[in-house]
Amino acid sequence: MKFRSYYIILCAFICLLASCSKDTYDPPGATFNGRIVYNGEAINVAYDQVRFQLWQSGFGKLTPIDVTIKQDGSFSSMLFNGTYKISFPGGQGPYMTKQNGTAKDTVALEINGNKSMDIEVLPYYMIRNPQFSISSGKVTGSFKLDKIITDANAKNIDKVVLYLNTTSFVSDAGSANVAKKELSGASITDMNNIILDVNVPTLTRTQDYIFARVGVKISGVEDMLYSPVKELKL
Amino acid sequence: MKRYYSLMILALLVLGFGCKKDDEFLNKEPKNILLEEATWKDKTLIVSVLADLYDRIPDYQGLLGGQWQRFGDFNEALISNNGDNWRFQNQDWAYGEWSTWDYGFIRELNLFIQQAEKATELEEVDRKRFFAEGRFLRALMYFDHVKRMGGVPLILEPMTYDFSGDPTYLQHPRAKESEIYDFLISEMEAIKGDLPNTPGTKSRATKAAALALEARAALYAGSIAKYGSSKTPEVTLPGGEVGIPASKAQGYYQTALKAAQEIITGGGYSLYKKKENLSDNFSSLFLDKANNPEVIFAEDYKLKSKMHDFTVDNQPYSMTEESFGGRTNPSLNFVQSFELLNNTFAPIANVSGTDYIFYDNPQDIFAGRDARLAGTVILPGSSFRNRPVDIWGGFMLADKSIVTGTRVNEQKTLPGKSAPEVIVGRDGPIAGQEFTAQTGFYIRKYLDPTIGAGSLGTKSEVWWIRYRYAEVLLNAAEAAFELDQKNVAVGYLNEVRDRAGLKTPLTEGELSFDRFVQERRVELAFEDHMLWDMKRWRLAGAVWNGSQMTEADLKANIGKADKPNTQVFGLIPYKYYAPGDPNNGKWVFKVAKPNAVTNPDRFRLGNYYSYIADNIIANNPKLVRNPNQ
Repeated sequence: MKFRSYYIILCAFICLLASCSKDTYDPPGATFNGRIVYNGEAINVAYDQVRFQLWQSGFGKLTPIDVTIKQDGSFSSMLFNGTYKISFPGGQGPYMTKQNGTAKDTVALEINGNKSMDIEVLPYYMIRNPQFSISSGKVTGSFKLDKIITDANAKNIDKVVLYLNTTSFVSDAGSANVAKKELSGASITDMNNIILDVNVPTLTRTQDYIFARVGVKISGVEDMLYSPVKELKL
Repeated sequence: MKRYYSLMILALLVLGFGCKKDDEFLNKEPKNILLEEATWKDKTLIVSVLADLYDRIPDYQGLLGGQWQRFGDFNEALISNNGDNWRFQNQDWAYGEWSTWDYGFIRELNLFIQQAEKATELEEVDRKRFFAEGRFLRALMYFDHVKRMGGVPLILEPMTYDFSGDPTYLQHPRAKESEIYDFLISEMEAIKGDLPNTPGTKSRATKAAALALEARAALYAGSIAKYGSSKTPEVTLPGGEVGIPASKAQGYYQTALKAAQEIITGGGYSLYKKKENLSDNFSSLFLDKANNPEVIFAEDYKLKSKMHDFTVDNQPYSMTEESFGGRTNPSLNFVQSFELLNNTFAPIANVSGTDYIFYDNPQDIFAGRDARLAGTVILPGSSFRNRPVDIWGGFMLADKSIVTGTRVNEQKTLPGKSAPEVIVGRDGPIAGQEFTAQTGFYIRKYLDPTIGAGSLGTKSEVWWIRYRYAEVLLNAAEAAFELDQKNVAVGYLNEVRDRAGLKTPLTEGELSFDRFVQERRVELAFEDHMLWDMKRWRLAGAVWNGSQMTEADLKANIGKADKPNTQVFGLIPYKYYAPGDPNNGKWVFKVAKPNAVTNPDRFRLGNYYSYIADNIIANNPKLVRNPNQ
């Protein structure tokens, strides 16, 4: 028994020593961040749904680095210094890229230290002036919709939705809303003044605040367009 | 001097052997493997090569471990196993889910086909059969690829690298989705004459198996052409690798109908109708391997050599031959979709207004429904292996509160009584307790009632049916309906429904697209159809729309093709305990969402065709990516 425990201690010691050697590479140290914007205004999306890709050639087989866009349209990624290409996979996001999304490699990107860059895209619609209010257990949201793409690529609206959630992650995902109210695209009478209201449901956990957001589903586009998340006091 | 003789002899010997030519010396025939030339002289040897190839046919859902758990992925069942709870807690399917890229196997099949084509030492009829079987298997593989990935490179020759340093000549672009389907159809037409027309052959390719594959493939292509262009025009690629133009729908439907009719009129196959009791009959259809007239092509199993664990893992917990079981629990969503005998739909009636409905026997609540329900699902109050299952969740008291336990067969003292008694069945359901019937149901389809089938030492030899006659009828019916031949469609459809006990035939006027979706859902449940059907009809996005479901959502719109089905529900039976009440001792049922079910499923546009892995594209830059990913 004694004999065996010596071996185990020896093994542990060797492992300890072996793991102590320095890594061959430094970790990626350059931050690349920015926002997805239209005329400087951030485009809000659902969390963990919309992404773009960075490609770096010269290191064997090409595999992309996915960069996920956050709820408020911002993104950030830790990278090694080098030259990258930014590409938007087809059908990602409630917008078209400025190059119409057909070209795979769109924007060249030089990373040398931290870099901040906003990426201009062409959204199908923009949500303007979203307002939320709460009175007697009912949340009312009003906003204006601006149709940005009006040429042959224009798309209609499937529905507009007002969402409520208990956390600041609010979207169409089943786990990201506790209540919602839909209005189909056909029943929108005035794009300049869309009003939705929804009752605050009984919450499992007592809290005196709730988060609200409106979203727009554009027909034929998977990812919805959202307004910024607004916290309301109950 | 004498001792040098031996040395000299040795030297002579060495010289004599050492003089062999170098290339002769290095080209020895191996003694432990059979080479191609040797194999292709002997029919028996080729059959063993074929056996390996048949064995490797991929199934997405099936009876093997890892395959049947996927019965739970589309909310037709809950997998009552803690390690599978993630299936009900995730929201999105990854884009790479259902992805495949098995060109290694396709190459082996191409090598087999190449050999079968040129083999000279076989009788011509045998050689043709092997040649056709190889092409059948290759077609199965391409079918498997096209339904998951869309168009893939169509490689019909074994490719060999010439070590020149430039592999570009091995890189092939993706074929159009329609080209793969056209290939499947033309291959099956080409080989059907060379395959035996023997309905008794179930585990090797026959003429009917080829035609059944052709009918299914053509039906898939037809519906992708029709519904893909109208419902999901964004799921296409400009090169046609994904998406089929609507103009081709008509042609594919005609091919599907023609191929299916060739089986129907060819004789030899019929619906399985051996037992008096229609539910038992439906369940036997999957278990009976002796002269089963319905089975066209199956993956066979045999005790002592090739068995599976399906019964071991899924047998009712109360009568398990191991210490576990009961893992596949069909959902209430699925159970309630079985029609009433008058061809209408209704939720399982557990409440009337605000009060519960009381039943004398637990099975009464399911009375008057499609016989396939009891044939597919073990219901509370029914039996398996001639022993009753013990599915009940506890007692409901007069104030509607529930007395239940945390382990099966637990004892507690009911209010007003002095002695403890059993307050939950030996099969559960107990919320969150694996192996118990957490939805109130167990699966019956493919579950082997033979003694020993549930023990790990014996296991089960029930086969996995890939193509059967009822599906051929449904394929023919659907194709005829889409071709506006309603009289033909209604005939085939009623044939299948009649066997299920739905004796009132549907009329042509009652036919609708939803009827076919419904019929396939109940007839072909747990047979690896749902995902592919929902994809080809482009219904997946509506059915798995990512919205939370309430009990009211569950009970609404039953029988509608696009009814959302995002979360599993259960129906828990309770005994009513209210001494003095006329309903005391009767059964009540509560709808409940099992504990494990937290998130609704969402099928995104990028899920219609699976993600081609980055390393595959890096190896072959000619491949285009699938849309919306």
